[in-house]
Amino acid sequence: MQNYICKEKKDTRSGFGEGLFELGKTNPEVVALCADLTGSLKMDNFKNHFPGRFFQTGIAEANMMGIAAGLTIGGKIPFAGTFANFATGRVYDQVRQCIAYSEKNVKICASHAGITLGEDGATHQMLEDIGMMKMLPNMTVISPCDFNQTKAATLAVARHKGPVYLRFGRPKVPNFTSEDQKFIIGKADILIEGNDVSVFATGHLVWQALQAAKILNEKGISAEIINIHTIKPLDSQVVINSIKKTGCGVTAEEHQINGGMGESIARLLTGKRPQPLEMIGIKDVFGESGKPGELMDKFGLNAQNVADAARKVITRK
Amino acid sequence: MSEIIDLKHIAPQVRRDILRMIFTAQSGHPGGALGCADIFTALYFKILKHSPAGFTMNGSGEDLFFLSNGHLSAAWFSVLARSGYFPVKELATFRHIDTRLQGHPSTKEGLPGVRVASGSLGQGLSVAIGAALAKKLNNDNRLVYCLMGDGEQQEGQIWEAAMFAAGKNVDNIIGIIDYNGQQIDGPCNEVMPLGSLKAKWKAFGWIVLEMNGNDMEDIIKTMPKAIEKTGQEKPVVILMQTEMGYGVDFMEGTHEWHGKPPNEEQFKKAIANFEETLGDY
Repeated sequence: MQNYICKEKKDTRSGFGEGLFELGKTNPEVVALCADLTGSLKMDNFKNHFPGRFFQTGIAEANMMGIAAGLTIGGKIPFAGTFANFATGRVYDQVRQCIAYSEKNVKICASHAGITLGEDGATHQMLEDIGMMKMLPNMTVISPCDFNQTKAATLAVARHKGPVYLRFGRPKVPNFTSEDQKFIIGKADILIEGNDVSVFATGHLVWQALQAAKILNEKGISAEIINIHTIKPLDSQVVINSIKKTGCGVTAEEHQINGGMGESIARLLTGKRPQPLEMIGIKDVFGESGKPGELMDKFGLNAQNVADAARKVITRK
Repeated sequence: MSEIIDLKHIAPQVRRDILRMIFTAQSGHPGGALGCADIFTALYFKILKHSPAGFTMNGSGEDLFFLSNGHLSAAWFSVLARSGYFPVKELATFRHIDTRLQGHPSTKEGLPGVRVASGSLGQGLSVAIGAALAKKLNNDNRLVYCLMGDGEQQEGQIWEAAMFAAGKNVDNIIGIIDYNGQQIDGPCNEVMPLGSLKAKWKAFGWIVLEMNGNDMEDIIKTMPKAIEKTGQEKPVVILMQTEMGYGVDFMEGTHEWHGKPPNEEQFKKAIANFEETLGDY
């Protein structure tokens, strides 16, 4: 079984910040906007080096999304950054009408997504964003798993023409994917090959899924671990092929199970290859204050939870 | 003066188009469209520097126009067609199945002249500001125009955009507010009093001009003044007094015709007010 090692812990938002800064140096059409969260989004380097291409909008996210849409008309590639809460729920109508429906080349960059935002509590813990964004026609939804992958994804979405929702987080988490990886939008990564159960994970839950594979391996269960970094368009070929082989699956995400990545996989399987599926995610409740690790445990999002779900779904085969 | 005569010749045809499009579709928004037929005519046949035959999304080197109150689509589509963006006969498809002329303007079907969807109110000014910023980055010294409704001023995003444009010296934009005092549920000042829009926009740091949007002489006199005021580190807005339903006596001065099509008898009475100056589509 392939072993992934945590060499360092880094936040995915810093991967975004590094990617954005690199884009600033390499692509003069890239511009950035932020609604009073420049430090939190790690956009300072871009702002300081390219002040003419950075737009501080103040605490006015609706206006920021509209301005971003307008900038694309003049050929710019805007990266509009704020917390996931303010990048989706607060501005859904602006994103829907001026970006998705109008097919504008805006990159919505959403940090502090999910429960691991931590102590700030439920008002800021956005757990419905994947659902809202994947429902919009024309929208690509990307949820990378670590620092290196978030940087690679940031570079990749600049090359992609069309609206993108790029989701990342606040806490420092294991950085285990390769620094020079190629990020291909819409192509799922098979991290560990296995035969008994398929685990489809996204974002911070990918590392938990890798740890779950170790737990399962000790019990003699061979789990296939797949990183669904692109939730839309979903890599249906990889998902179906894996399920054909293993006969059952687990989905794992830091998001409501209603409307999340797991639901996309369930819909795919229902149509193409119905098989037992268990879902790890937030079970139709709001979050609360706490440390990221404590919250992952309390809301059932850790490696043991993934392993337990895998053992359960195997019995349903 | 001859230019004004030309514009006065075009505007009745635009009003005919509006009435015929909305009557045929048996849906649409005649009130605001009729009220703004004059400014649309002036913009597309006199004020804007634009290339109707060679429409591009980025409009490099051209003035750009954004319609924030998208329900005025019938008026906009009429002047777009009449000025050469697409065939005039296509106006007959307004609001019908498989049309590029959607109920509210959209980009999805690729209608030349439209650069962003509008309809859900309060959003156009932000987009126009973004387009204006892109013009500055591209060293393109043409202007960006944005027409808004007065009821639309009740949307919070308008004031986010107003604060931004003044605070960040976006001085290549001209906002126009259709100040007809009416909205769907009744007079604006009964539904949600607007207070002094002039004082509000001034306080937000904009240069404020006023004009009568149903007087072509005043439009042609005021628009160059507004253009002169651009480039002075401040955005410019024009409070444009209009009469909702202008030119059709039974539609004027009431909110009743905001979003209602005329029946056959009403249509005949209404269209009789306007000469077929350019030929119906």
